[in-house]
Amino acid sequence: MVAPAALRVVRCGGGALHGARAVFSVGARQAGRFLLCASGDFVKMYSVATEELVRLLRGHGDLVTGVQLAPHNHLQLYSSSLDGTIKLWDFTDGILIKTFTVGHQLLALYALPASEDSVFVIIPKRDTYQLVSVKLTKAAGQDMEAKELSVVLEGVDASPKCTAFGREGEYVASVKDVSLQVYFFKRKQLNRFSLRATNKKGGNNVFTCVACHPHEDCIATGHADGKIRLWRNFNHKKEYTFSTLHWHHDKVLDLAFSVEGTSLLSGGVESVLVQWHSGSDCKKDFLPRLGSAIEYVSISSDGTFYCTSHTDNRITIINSNLRFSKTIQGLIKARDIKTGLVVDPRTKALVLNGEPGHLQFYCLQSDKQLYSLDIVQQEYIHQAGLNQSDLARVAFSAQGKWLATVEEREETDLELQLKLWFFDEETQSFRLNTRISMPHEDHVTAMCFRDMDEMEDDSLMLVTTGRDCVFKVWVILEDTDPEGNWSCDFVGSYHGYQATNCCFSEDGSLLAVSFEETVTVWDSSTWDLKCTFCHPPGKIRTICFGRLTCSKYLIGATDHGFLCCWNLLSCALEWSAHLNVVVLQPDPLSEYIAAFSWLFKESSLFVFKPNEPRPICIQRKFCKERIQFAAFVPRDVPETIGSEKYLWLRRSQLFFLTDTQELMTVSTKSLEERLTLSSKQLAVEESLPVTPFSLLLGKHRQQQSQEDVDLGKIVRHHREQDSPAVKELLHTPAHVLPSASFLCPIFINSLLVSKENKSVEEAPAEVEMESEGAEDDSDEENTVTEMKQEDIMPTESLGETTHKLSKSEEKELRKIRKTDYSWISVF
Amino acid sequence: MGEFEVHRVRFFGLVPAGVRCMAYQHRGCRLALARTDGAVEVYNFAANYFMEKAIPGHQARSVEALCWAAGERLFGAGLSGDITEYDLERLRPARTVDGFGGPIWSMAANNDGTRLAIGCEDGSVKLFQVVPGGVQFEKNLDRQKGRVLCLSWHPSGTHLAAGSINFIRVLDVRSGRTAQRIMVNYHVPKSKKRECVVWSIAFLSSGTVISSDSFGRVQFWDWERGTLQDSHTVSTSAVLSLAVSEEEDSIVVGTSAGATYQFQLLPVKAGGQEKRWVRTKPFQHHTHDVRAVVHTPTALISGGLDAQLVIRPLMEKVQKKGYDAVLRKFTFPHRRLVSCARKARLLLFQFSQHLELWRLGSTNKTGKDGEVLPVSRMPEHLLQLKSKGPEHIYCSCVSPCGSWIAYSTASRFHLYRVQHEGDSISVKKVPGVPKLLLPAYQLQCASDSGRLFVASDRGSVHVVQLLEPGGCKHLHTLRPPTGTREAVYLLASSADGNWLAAVSGDWEVHIYSLKHFKHHCTVPTYSCAVTALAIHPATNNLFISYSDQQLFEFSIPEKQYTAWSRMVQNSGLHKLWLERDSPITHIAFNPKNTSQILLHDVYMLCVLDKSLPLPDNNTLLVNQSTLKQLSEPARRRQLHAFKICKKFQPLLFADLLDERCLVTVERPAVDISAELPPPVQQKKFGT
Repeated sequence: MVAPAALRVVRCGGGALHGARAVFSVGARQAGRFLLCASGDFVKMYSVATEELVRLLRGHGDLVTGVQLAPHNHLQLYSSSLDGTIKLWDFTDGILIKTFTVGHQLLALYALPASEDSVFVIIPKRDTYQLVSVKLTKAAGQDMEAKELSVVLEGVDASPKCTAFGREGEYVASVKDVSLQVYFFKRKQLNRFSLRATNKKGGNNVFTCVACHPHEDCIATGHADGKIRLWRNFNHKKEYTFSTLHWHHDKVLDLAFSVEGTSLLSGGVESVLVQWHSGSDCKKDFLPRLGSAIEYVSISSDGTFYCTSHTDNRITIINSNLRFSKTIQGLIKARDIKTGLVVDPRTKALVLNGEPGHLQFYCLQSDKQLYSLDIVQQEYIHQAGLNQSDLARVAFSAQGKWLATVEEREETDLELQLKLWFFDEETQSFRLNTRISMPHEDHVTAMCFRDMDEMEDDSLMLVTTGRDCVFKVWVILEDTDPEGNWSCDFVGSYHGYQATNCCFSEDGSLLAVSFEETVTVWDSSTWDLKCTFCHPPGKIRTICFGRLTCSKYLIGATDHGFLCCWNLLSCALEWSAHLNVVVLQPDPLSEYIAAFSWLFKESSLFVFKPNEPRPICIQRKFCKERIQFAAFVPRDVPETIGSEKYLWLRRSQLFFLTDTQELMTVSTKSLEERLTLSSKQLAVEESLPVTPFSLLLGKHRQQQSQEDVDLGKIVRHHREQDSPAVKELLHTPAHVLPSASFLCPIFINSLLVSKENKSVEEAPAEVEMESEGAEDDSDEENTVTEMKQEDIMPTESLGETTHKLSKSEEKELRKIRKTDYSWISVF
Repeated sequence: MGEFEVHRVRFFGLVPAGVRCMAYQHRGCRLALARTDGAVEVYNFAANYFMEKAIPGHQARSVEALCWAAGERLFGAGLSGDITEYDLERLRPARTVDGFGGPIWSMAANNDGTRLAIGCEDGSVKLFQVVPGGVQFEKNLDRQKGRVLCLSWHPSGTHLAAGSINFIRVLDVRSGRTAQRIMVNYHVPKSKKRECVVWSIAFLSSGTVISSDSFGRVQFWDWERGTLQDSHTVSTSAVLSLAVSEEEDSIVVGTSAGATYQFQLLPVKAGGQEKRWVRTKPFQHHTHDVRAVVHTPTALISGGLDAQLVIRPLMEKVQKKGYDAVLRKFTFPHRRLVSCARKARLLLFQFSQHLELWRLGSTNKTGKDGEVLPVSRMPEHLLQLKSKGPEHIYCSCVSPCGSWIAYSTASRFHLYRVQHEGDSISVKKVPGVPKLLLPAYQLQCASDSGRLFVASDRGSVHVVQLLEPGGCKHLHTLRPPTGTREAVYLLASSADGNWLAAVSGDWEVHIYSLKHFKHHCTVPTYSCAVTALAIHPATNNLFISYSDQQLFEFSIPEKQYTAWSRMVQNSGLHKLWLERDSPITHIAFNPKNTSQILLHDVYMLCVLDKSLPLPDNNTLLVNQSTLKQLSEPARRRQLHAFKICKKFQPLLFADLLDERCLVTVERPAVDISAELPPPVQQKKFGT
């Protein structure tokens, strides 16, 4: 078997952006400059101003469960993870300062200003969980053991939202089921308050979250029936009292007090952020239509920004006056992806289900949503058990001029709608052209446009297949509207079988429609049935035509684990292979076809050309999750691929989506190279006005910060960045330039940096090679866990290189810093 | 086949009047309550919240404010412009003084109960001195335009806070000048710019004035500076009432949406000095305006226009779990408003200003237990008697034969002769009614319909002979030997016509011999109010129920408690029985089974079988449904004396017509709310 040496699976989007409340960093000048949030095994750092990913803090070996700013140094960050470590980071530079090994799974992390050198974590204890304080030793050294644990509370809930620390760390409140316990540290008194599980009116009193007032003795608790209770006087066992706020109709998912404690924020599945003023039921403000359920709410330490993390993988930054400010969103996690991965030919964006009833256009390069197209155009009501219209099928015409969507709503009887959208060049968006209700009597199973780039518009046609045993051909009627209206042109069927798939050949002359176990081929001009293929047993799962030189082949996969290739010229089976293919994806720019199989709970990838039954590339068991959909995205510039084996990756990139809606891709390059470094440039100060002068200064400062970065972290191509700096210097009119004595060190500094860079660049490359070599020896097959190790290793080894470097370059760095700060003080 | 054939009467269209205002007397644990029809009731909290006194209303005498002053004197003031002192012994207004300021909207007594301040329509606040035998005008305070809707004394008695439309005034009592004037209609959205009515006000000893207004706000003001300290918007509709606890650390407000809210003065930080008013608990017990609230040390009491009186205990203040720790709701008066002519099968319903006579329907079918029988003859509304004049009816009765109807108002006593001729009916007023001491507090006919007993004040009972074909004669007046100032409020006569038991307001039960018209004996005094009593037809035992739910049986011939009664006292009644909500209002006997006694309160009907053992606290009190599922011998083992039926609710009256026939009068709550005006429209989620 071939060694998978260079082919690696890379996560490039999706997944959960949240595992804990996000944290705003405290900026020196502009408060809340960065937003730090846990995302899978990483801590992501976003710029609040530009919403771009600035830095990825990697190092944890498992899910990150807590992110907290160090209480005494706001430039440092604690993070906890299920791998049992607490890590201290210098997040502005991306340096891992220390690692404390606790030894238990850590489910939540709390850092308090009141407790000097200890943090609080939640660890499991048999079936229950306990809140313990962990003493973090101050001794020098990178890896520490933190074994000094003292139990604060027993039997707490595992969720980080169910424990909160009160004013000045005097008490801790924790909720579980229907009881609230408050522990006062000074008096060592534990008060426990219980509610009835359900009240007479059918309310559900189960606690869901807790928050403590920053200055007063007041605890806010959220409940499963949407109530918020404000507890006071809880230092008395009997004379405690609470008031109730009720707006949410379902679970309150998170609560947060404002910095002064004058208002309370709450969020739930309604996707409305509610701001309660001074504990009153009557005064409240809303920020509605946030898209999806609010999972976490956090507030920046100066109160200027709020941040909500949503269940669909999105972070919304909100101004303190409840104005929507920014949204950080990668791939939106839809409840159910029905459309599959579709590539928009115009923008090369991935298109799939987004928010309910919306189509998201996801830009792969920037890991951001380009835009969201409202297809259903109905207000989404967040209510359990309510069936609402959702998007089921999407297809683009070859140039991206037309978009066809099918939405369905299943109540007692099915409601279907086929919509055709025309791309409006003026508004640069899709406009609804035709709406066809009930295009089929039953679910639409597949849909495709006739894919012909060079042909005229009148040859454009759309084919839909339905479970009502017919396929329909839709064409534009050109009578009244210049753009035309779509109507049905032909209805075909085959022996009353359900039509399941359809596919046009590359030149558009043939249409293949699969009817359960049979594939039928139709002439697309006369609609004659040309021939049928059948390969029992098993129904046809997917079919596709070959491309380019292989366009005479038709490939089909059956659900009994056969992959068949038929020759259209001889009308005979060319070859077949025993393979349980889940997803079959042809590359539109080459002959290659990717097939994903699912066997023994592991996915494998096979790439083959239809004209030869031997696969070109096999990646067995490369992913533990089931692959749902895949797509080839054309590259802008064909990549140079050394290995013969990976030539299929030259013109397009393969993306695939797993069950957990994580978007992955395969890459031949090492991780560091692949990372787009454009995001790193975002550390630029946005507050500066854009003048040539400021640009120059901006560059200067950016370099400064990058130098810091480079020491600890990865690689970068400074030469490209230097040249514009120099260019700017040269192109700026002389009268706006600062004095030459000032410019000179900048210029020299920039030269210094590039030198450093090289040395850094070399070091990780070596490390990388080593690790790969080791892998080759140890195991042939590349598994996910191994890949993770691979991900981690560079950073770990990099940490070592940092030390070597810092000694040699420290003096120089100090000098640079000095000049820098003195210069700032001038302003 | 069931044990009884039940007439389930639901055509008594009683709509209790809404609660207008309340006053709580801390020392005597009594609550005075005025209803919108002018009736005044006094509840004794020490005697299990029993409605001890009831003064029926008067058309022209609305009561806007009540207060206790000078010990146990109760004063009321209303839109008639008079201050009325109520005579709680004779249960009638004692004397009235004109306020000379137009309709009176508010009245408040100072802390030691020596002065009354009234707020009038013309904007004046007047002070009256409480003197023995009445009130005396003292002085006028500074008058400003705008009716004075609420008043509150500073606990020291030096200042008065008065709330009117759009502003609050603080008046210096000594000089009579306005010391501060605070406008309250600021901070209101322009679109809502309308007048802001200050519905209720409270003056705390710390100098804080609390106001509640029609914008739904509860505001806390510093009166000296005239500044707003704190404002809580509790409702979109008006906040109508407000009450402060004695310690001034908690207040309760009632809104027109039927909700009540508690505010508490809580420390901001544990152990810190700074305290803040925080809205804590909301309660929604009413459907309509909560016009009156009271804050007792252990409970929040609210009364609304839906006629409910709700006593909500503060759990943290109640020391032990028991009778006081349960939410109580009272809708109906603790009085019998229905009288029944057993032989003629008639029911007489007493409304505030009229009487209705109904004939019960009948059936000729029999059926199984629990089966609804078809009515062969519909119940028939025979008669409606309207009382003349503005006064409301005190009491009424129909004779067992159904041919006499008597009722009394505050100043008049009426006796009617009803003639049944086949299906038609004719009513004739009996002329020459003897001039008795009025009003009559209770009327009772002898079982042979030959005599009428009229309960009167000073413990006296008049015996009137009813003469055929339509006349009457005053026979005798029975008086207690010791003499009392309290009026008689309950009567019971024996079936053989020999004995009469009368209960006066001091809870003494006197038994008179009707043969000799003389006092026979007195039942040993028990420290609780009598809620119902009856004399057994066969044994002449007097059966008494007290407001603490105790039951006694007193043998009249032997002048002592019976053995059964002693046994009950020794073993004690069931815990759940003692913790019931409402008092027993009527007692009846099964003529065929001498050991069976029928008792009822609003929520249950109980057949007490003296021949069976008493339940102890471990057994199930309400066990009828479980008994049905048991086998015969097991059932016999489980049987106990209290056979409780909760099928009929709320039950206003239950009586045995004969040994097989039971009549129950229900008044379902939905029927009452259907007759009330629609409540404040509230958006309910999901509707």
